[in-house]
Amino acid sequence: MTARRDKRKETGVALVDQDMKAAIAVTRFGLGARPGEIDQARRDPQGFLKSQIRRSGADQPAGPSPTSAQRMAEFREYQRERREFRLQKVSDVGPPKPGGPATEAADPAMAAAVKSDTRDPVKVVGAMLRKDISDDFAARIQLASATDAGFRERWTLFWANHFTVSATKAITGTIVGPFEEEAIRPHVFGRFDDLLGAAETHPAMLTYLDQIQSIGPDSDAARAMRNGGGPRGVGGGGAQLQQAALKRTPGLNENLAREIMELHTVGVNSGYTQADVTEFARAMTGISIGGERDGAYGVAVFRVQAHEPGERTVMGVRYDQRGKEQANAILTDLAEKPQTAHFICGKLARHFVADDPSPALVARLEAAWTGSRGDLATVAEALVSAPESWDPRPAKFKTPYEFIVSSYRAAGGLPADFQQVGPIMTALGQKPFSAPSPKGWPEDAQSWAAPDAIVKRMQFAQAFSSGAVHDRDPKALAADALGERLSPDTAKAIARAESRPEGFALLLMSPEFQRR
Amino acid sequence: MNAIIPSRPHSPTRRGLLATAAGFGLSLQLLAVPAMAADGDLNKRKVIVVICRGGMDGLSVTPPVGDAEYRGLRGSLALSDAALPLDGTFALHPQLTAVHAMAKAGEARIAPAVATPDRARSHFEAQDVLETGAAGVYSTSSGWLNRAVETLSAHRKVDALSIGPTAPLILRGKAPTASWSPGRGVDAEARLPTLLQDLYRNDALLGPALARGLATETMAKDATAGLGGGQPAMMASAGKGGAGAGGQQGRDAARTLGQSLAGFMREPGGPTVAAISIDGFDSHANQAGLLAGRLAYLDAVLDGVHTGLGPEWKNTVVLVATEFGRTARVNGTAGTDHGTGSTALILGGALKPGGIVGDWPTLKQNALFENRDVAPTVDMRGLFKGVLADHMGVDRAALDKVVFPESSTAKPMLGLV
Repeated sequence: MTARRDKRKETGVALVDQDMKAAIAVTRFGLGARPGEIDQARRDPQGFLKSQIRRSGADQPAGPSPTSAQRMAEFREYQRERREFRLQKVSDVGPPKPGGPATEAADPAMAAAVKSDTRDPVKVVGAMLRKDISDDFAARIQLASATDAGFRERWTLFWANHFTVSATKAITGTIVGPFEEEAIRPHVFGRFDDLLGAAETHPAMLTYLDQIQSIGPDSDAARAMRNGGGPRGVGGGGAQLQQAALKRTPGLNENLAREIMELHTVGVNSGYTQADVTEFARAMTGISIGGERDGAYGVAVFRVQAHEPGERTVMGVRYDQRGKEQANAILTDLAEKPQTAHFICGKLARHFVADDPSPALVARLEAAWTGSRGDLATVAEALVSAPESWDPRPAKFKTPYEFIVSSYRAAGGLPADFQQVGPIMTALGQKPFSAPSPKGWPEDAQSWAAPDAIVKRMQFAQAFSSGAVHDRDPKALAADALGERLSPDTAKAIARAESRPEGFALLLMSPEFQRR
Repeated sequence: MNAIIPSRPHSPTRRGLLATAAGFGLSLQLLAVPAMAADGDLNKRKVIVVICRGGMDGLSVTPPVGDAEYRGLRGSLALSDAALPLDGTFALHPQLTAVHAMAKAGEARIAPAVATPDRARSHFEAQDVLETGAAGVYSTSSGWLNRAVETLSAHRKVDALSIGPTAPLILRGKAPTASWSPGRGVDAEARLPTLLQDLYRNDALLGPALARGLATETMAKDATAGLGGGQPAMMASAGKGGAGAGGQQGRDAARTLGQSLAGFMREPGGPTVAAISIDGFDSHANQAGLLAGRLAYLDAVLDGVHTGLGPEWKNTVVLVATEFGRTARVNGTAGTDHGTGSTALILGGALKPGGIVGDWPTLKQNALFENRDVAPTVDMRGLFKGVLADHMGVDRAALDKVVFPESSTAKPMLGLV
């Protein structure tokens, strides 16, 4: 360290720049420095990042990776158990009170009976599902904490957040992890329209944004249902969905169509109307999830009998394709619209560089996007090559996930299990896999730097430091974690700390570690 | 049916329809004689804004069971029998029992057809307009409640608090505000907070945030002392019917959260302005169960605020609002899609008793907005402005220009307080 500083004095500005660039490469574009990582980036900071761009896509979290279909089958089992168990409890306790609904909530005694039964298979399966979700999240944060390709993983997390699916809906929660593995990770350095297609037709998205039950009002399936024929082969598989289908008038659900336009492609002020949303929703009817009868349980299928027949017009373009080709054609066109390039490149610049990025940077990314027809590897190269991306001021305030991951990386460790990270993520406002809306997690400092959040980050830093680094020199850890970004003030405060954990906590809470 | 809220005689009048066509009907201002409060009184006045995110379905919150079209439009989602009656037309959702009790005491009123000026039916755009108070989307980055605090701070000490781990846009801005969420407190003897305050002395973001956070934690020790009924918690999982197992636990946590908020507001030097968000109202599918859970949670928070404030309830107005309502008709998935007009609730001991706030446009097909949604008759900004004017003493010019920029056409609904 000392030797390097002396050398820099001799050779002047260029080397300082290189040191700062190495620190920026690892902390801003990556997920925070592990010990030694900034040194690795020093020789060629841009090359260090570019070498992480990989056509074959992102890394996959370690461990068993069940498919979405397997998880959905588990979930179906859970629903079945729950239904049967409820029915059984009703018959055990006696007939339901006249006029009262036969749920446990209606009868405290029954609720108590349910609670006290430890052999309750519903609870067993429910706990299993929760453990699956927790394991998925733990594997994901372990990958982020340990990877030597931090830029590749940050790039991936951006896309996972862009195509948010959330455990705020139970059935979706069981497949957020598989969604990222199946629909996002393979495509993050491929063409945007491939990523878009994979994300929008994945069972997680189809359940999260209510597509599975959307039925063309003039489709054959709707006609049959109106004639009392029942929803033959329609709906998302699983008896419960079909039961629900029986009780309603079949029709459109425009949720997914709207969010594709508003959040995933052209963006909200790009000139589409309510009529465009409804037309797109009509075109999407038929896209659903297979049931037992299809022999394709839990995978995306197209049901031509639920598809609204006829031509559609979306954003001034007529689509006369039949069947699923219609929605495909609209999705492809949306992916290629200049509004989409502008909207997403603005988001990328805000994610990587600043809440209020320079228009020049956005324009550069847009040019790369348009010139390559949405080739995401090309866009990633442009981001890394843009001079605006290397502004030395750390303008981005870390989200809770980024803060916690970078804390583990600074300590050179990784979380052992979900319990170490799940509760603190929730307390900091970023409950695992549970973004509050399809818009995903916010990315701006204003959202995350509330007074309460700073106090809770401090409490985390305190607890984490006392467990993580009792035998390590915080001054060396600080130099490793921040490199040239470590400020004299922070270095001094750490040097004066009365204990090693206190010094490390000061590092984690320092203004420059809280930002990137 | 006995009218529980004494209602002004109302009918879908021509005046109402004209007002809708012209923009917004502000029938209440005709009744208004703003009482000028003594300054000493003003210091005790409190206002709480509850934001229900996701597009809360007004036709479920305050089902217009007496509207001839309601049953037909809502089909299986109609709440006619179980709803808690308010007057000849309106009722409350069966889960809103605490709100209903307030209404019976003349301390709750409903505005069944309000909307922001935004018509895009986008959650994010509409929430932006709801919280910034701007005339259009993404035109300012601070919240109207923050600017109200800023305006009032020129005359008296006004502190604001948001509940939750993240700061809602409505309270972001120049005026410094506190935030708090349930947690495990700070050791007053620890060195780290002091060291960090020193390290943050030149940090405009982290310095003030940490100082406020620590001050709020100190206050929290008193504010939340002796609360029973469970640990306060931010939110039970959305999307699951809260009426199921664990629902009671969720309601207890919500009630305690409301009591915690009230506890802060009762502390000497505590906040007089507060905001809290409740997520999960986006009911595209299987709406009945989802909303029952969310509204039970909302009701419990409001009950906690009411009971927790005790004698301060009489100085308080609580506004409950959402970014937009939902389609009048049920969609193909036993839910409803994004709409326009929805219900706002106005609660508090400071309230004047009265009927519905604003005109009811009815659900007749030609009265629906774009043949789809409840047509708004009240500009949400007018409602907020009325409460800020009457209750908090914010002057008209500041309301029209600063708190709600370019809003002189949205006249304050005076006379609610």
